[in-house]
Amino acid sequence: MNSPRAIVGQNVRKVEGVKLVTGGPAFTDDIDIPGLLYGKILPSPYAHARIKRIDTRKAKALPGVHAVLTYKDVPRVPHTTAGQAWPEPSPYDTYLLDNKVRFVGDRVAAVAAESRAIAEKALRLIEVEYDVLPAVLDMEQAMAPGAAVIHDEPDSKGIYDASRNIAGYILRGIGNVDEGFRQSDRVFDREYRTQRQQHCALEPHITICWLDGDGRLVIRTSTQVPYHSRRQVAMILQIPVSRIRVIKPRMGGGFGGKQEMLLEDICGALTLAARRPVKIEYTREEEFYMARTRHPQILRMKMGVKRDGTILASQLTVVATTGAYGSHSTTVQGNTGSKVLPLYRAEHMRFECHVVYTNTPVAGAFRGYGCPQGFFAQETLVDEIANELGIDPVEFHRQNAIRLGDIDRLSAQLGEGKEGLPRVVRSCSLPECMDRAAAAIGWSSKRKALPSAGHLKRGVGMACTMQGSGIAGIDWASAFLKMNEDGSFFLQVGAADVGGGADTVLSQIAAETLGVSLDKIVITSGDTDTTPFDVGAYASSTTIISGGAVKKAAEKVREQVLRMAAKMLETTAENLTCGDNRVTGVGKSATMTEIALHAMYKQKTQIMDGASHFNTDSPPPFCATFAEVEVDTQTGKVRVVHMATAVDPGIAINPAQAEGQVEGAVAQGLGYALTEELVLDGEGRPVNPNFLDYKIFGAKDMPKLTTILVETDEPLGPFGAKSISEVPINGPAPAIANAIFHAVGVRFRRLPIRPEDVLRGLREKGDLGG
Amino acid sequence: MKTMEVRLNVNGEAKQWTIAPGDLLLDVLRREGYFGVKRGCEAGECGACTVLLDGKPINSCLMFAAQAEGADVLTIEGVAHGDTLDALQEAFLDHGAVQCGFCTPAMILNAKALLDRKPHPSEEEVREALAGTLCRCTGYRKPVEAVLAAARESAR
Repeated sequence: MNSPRAIVGQNVRKVEGVKLVTGGPAFTDDIDIPGLLYGKILPSPYAHARIKRIDTRKAKALPGVHAVLTYKDVPRVPHTTAGQAWPEPSPYDTYLLDNKVRFVGDRVAAVAAESRAIAEKALRLIEVEYDVLPAVLDMEQAMAPGAAVIHDEPDSKGIYDASRNIAGYILRGIGNVDEGFRQSDRVFDREYRTQRQQHCALEPHITICWLDGDGRLVIRTSTQVPYHSRRQVAMILQIPVSRIRVIKPRMGGGFGGKQEMLLEDICGALTLAARRPVKIEYTREEEFYMARTRHPQILRMKMGVKRDGTILASQLTVVATTGAYGSHSTTVQGNTGSKVLPLYRAEHMRFECHVVYTNTPVAGAFRGYGCPQGFFAQETLVDEIANELGIDPVEFHRQNAIRLGDIDRLSAQLGEGKEGLPRVVRSCSLPECMDRAAAAIGWSSKRKALPSAGHLKRGVGMACTMQGSGIAGIDWASAFLKMNEDGSFFLQVGAADVGGGADTVLSQIAAETLGVSLDKIVITSGDTDTTPFDVGAYASSTTIISGGAVKKAAEKVREQVLRMAAKMLETTAENLTCGDNRVTGVGKSATMTEIALHAMYKQKTQIMDGASHFNTDSPPPFCATFAEVEVDTQTGKVRVVHMATAVDPGIAINPAQAEGQVEGAVAQGLGYALTEELVLDGEGRPVNPNFLDYKIFGAKDMPKLTTILVETDEPLGPFGAKSISEVPINGPAPAIANAIFHAVGVRFRRLPIRPEDVLRGLREKGDLGG
Repeated sequence: MKTMEVRLNVNGEAKQWTIAPGDLLLDVLRREGYFGVKRGCEAGECGACTVLLDGKPINSCLMFAAQAEGADVLTIEGVAHGDTLDALQEAFLDHGAVQCGFCTPAMILNAKALLDRKPHPSEEEVREALAGTLCRCTGYRKPVEAVLAAARESAR
């Protein structure tokens, strides 16, 4: 299928690895800035209130305070914080600071002071009188007549129906589901509920701003979207894009939480007001409720099947809440339909969704981007249908799942906030993914095993999922390469390595294309002054889109290198090839160093070039997730024994890094399935904003993990690559719920599945263990 | 503001720093340029700020700098042997155990404390040693493999 490759497909070390294992300065906060001030945000104590009076005089008078900002001090520019390509499909319903607060944790005011302690004291000195308004906390009440209107301001734009708290509405389909249900032998109809999950990147959101010697605003920030942030901050602070530089240092995890312009605007405003460098860093508690979460959803899934198991029609009806602001509201929810339903080849599909405002923490992008919710519903329902029809779930999937050569027509109906493009499956190893993950978990024997007599019941379950690789027709990236005297190359990309290894993968693509060793590539990424544009790290786009740009740029530079070498070696470029840090052909050879020196000092030519890249399709990676669980029928505790995950990522540019993506996604998926939920009290206040009460999986909590890459060769990807970072997070929740059903015969349709839920389920079934 | 002096050894070097009595060890170490000590929660829950104090892993966010008087503190900056990486650092790189790298210093220090005490740990013991360090990227399999590999390496 492919010629052997020197670097692509190899488990090379991370290019910045030594720095990370030795504690070298890498992250946003790893810098000493003279005169740095500490910024703090005063969070709203109320879920919904109008600021009647706000008096900052005492705070301003406190020694060491350099700036205090309220809505009275800043421009009022409606915008979205969603880090999306312009024009963003999210409503412009957010303000730098406002005279109304819409959730507990919403910005009331901000200060910058000499120390954190002074900043915190200054916040306490701000006098605020609130007119507390009725709050809407329950998404099912949000659209009800008489519900408080959360966005009653006249200047917000792009809200579907502000008077009914509807941020966005989606209705799309193919075929005729009613006809499909009529033709079906059996119709299944169930409701599912998913919770508010938080990203929990170990590095909280952090931004440091200063004015450089030319008075330009420099924003050093942990962001997945340097370029979108620059554009948005320029709009909000009303300064030209050219007067802003966004620098993304190493990021300590993002998972979508940093696909958001979150602190950059307020930190920039404080810097402009104080004329001093300012740092704002969320505390862990603030991170939980003042950053972003996954959208909670109520999903009604209906499927019609023939007796032989053929799915004829599927219908998904969703109510989701975006919290107080509509960041990523229609796009996340659009994915719940467009990337979930087409997993099956049903003739008839219908997706309808209301995305509603509530006075709760703001939801946003989160790894999976709407798919974990949708696949929890779909894959749990499919398991139920297969069981009812007496068909093995693996066989049921094999029979119905999308396959090579298929066209997913729903994607044409459901794009990024508008109509999209049809998706063609040009590569797919889902059947083999199922086979191999099933073998790893011992599916065929464990599926038939008789239930054990004791109170510990074992079961196995599975789920199949897919995702995209970049947003078709929207995501694009560029890359630039220039050659140095020693035969090395500077690679400049706007891409933003979230921590998953993009800098390494992009360097591998450049090195492979140029025929040089990896140490000859020096990458700079995510600096709006020195690297060309990239939409940023989201939608599983970096390897395929940014990687595509790097490959194109490297091919252009390779042409220049070959032509230069041809002059030196007195032949033509067609006779020469790059490899092993040299150019070889016609029995002659020149090293990259010789070629670079010749170009620069004899030919007076800088070998350099750049390229841009986008795709009109979003090739889906596929994933089969198998879980084995042990349910304690006395305590309700579910212990996951083994997770086997097989993924089709196209070609894995760096298999070890790809496996790491899978395993991290599985760990997050385990939390989504069993433990993680940001709980709010009756006033909308967070109950558990800390790692003791919000439980993410630790090293001792993890089950055995088996990770299998079943590679395919994707025509649209660089070296055949698709993507891998998101798709494996979709499967754990349904696979575990299905395994629990196999173990104890109880269906769980609400996440997370906590011990108390299991006990309640067992009690209702009359099956409490003895 | 009231200040005081604290004397301690950091990575084998004697230090004397002027601190406020309430300064956390985490803040003082970062102020002094030990950026490998990470701030993840300031509540002793995530473990990203782990340093070894007289060989034992502690959360530097839960300790006043003043309490480190006379102690030997090891941060990630002191783990390599000159220009040569420690076997643990090599193993973390070779096994793809580093993703974003934010918790990596704490993982390596916790692993080092374990291997110093117990050169040939079981997987269970490695997981116990890493249990105090939350990681949102790796799912822990590769870090655990890296520690076990480093233990095998030093056995040779």
